[in-house]
Amino acid sequence: MQIDDTDRRILRHWLAEPGLERAVLAERAGVTGATLWRRLDRLREGGVIRAEGAVIDWRALGYAVEVSLRFTLDKTEPRAFDEFIQAAREVPEVIGIETFLGRVDVRLNVIARDMGHWTGIYRDRILTLPHIAEVEALMLVATIKETGGLPL
Amino acid sequence: MIDLDDLDRAILRALSAEGTLSAGELGRRLGLSQPAAWRRVRRLTEAGVLKGLAVEVDREKLGFGVTVFLGVKLATKGRVSLEDFERAVQAIPEVQVVQHVLGLFDYRLRVVARDIADFERVLRRRIMTLPGVGNVEANVLLTEERRPGPLG
Repeated sequence: MQIDDTDRRILRHWLAEPGLERAVLAERAGVTGATLWRRLDRLREGGVIRAEGAVIDWRALGYAVEVSLRFTLDKTEPRAFDEFIQAAREVPEVIGIETFLGRVDVRLNVIARDMGHWTGIYRDRILTLPHIAEVEALMLVATIKETGGLPL
Repeated sequence: MIDLDDLDRAILRALSAEGTLSAGELGRRLGLSQPAAWRRVRRLTEAGVLKGLAVEVDREKLGFGVTVFLGVKLATKGRVSLEDFERAVQAIPEVQVVQHVLGLFDYRLRVVARDIADFERVLRRRIMTLPGVGNVEANVLLTEERRPGPLG
């Protein structure tokens, strides 16, 4: 689908602040409310907007620990990626799975209630995942910036 | 900390997939009255568990074909304060996420770019010139998957 400057303007403001009320968003993007609705519908139908999901604050649910685990997998095993990811999906505390081109093959975002809980998950659920060659952990201290905004 | 029952968890699962569901629709799906669904959503919002919407777009369709995660090690932690680095890195429009971490790196950055050439421009002109920046490792994102998390 074709995306024009009006679409880009709407998305630039909306992605930077998805919580904006529709009337405010329309005003910032310089369009009428009706145009905004029409454009957003079109962008949804065209698959540009894929999903609008609520963000869950896991800390508010008592998950104080968040760890980014970076894996390199044993590439002599042709099914390593598929089997690793399949098994990682079975771990409830895994909230995100990413694959990469680079020194890291897969990254898992894992949450835990506290360090004791984390140690248990790491030993029993993570280190038992198949085809791990190497694993490194980065413990989240603070999220300084988090936006889905694009420099459109 | 807020306690959740099975209905709360079902609400969180439904809203993390479709954050714009009305209380009426949410109630219909879960066998709750509209006011009961609304009261539960309000309680989860007031407890800070629901913190807004994340809009997921097809970045490629918008001309951003490349997403790269950078691990950044500061070279001169003694002289340059973390605040200087954080202030400068947040201002880069291509940087979507900045996380302060413990481990092999000091910061994790999520960077979007139009293509690899555009990424190289951002890396050279914006990232490598940040105050205090030392070692940088880049991994190009291939796939990403959000998981529902421990809401079982």
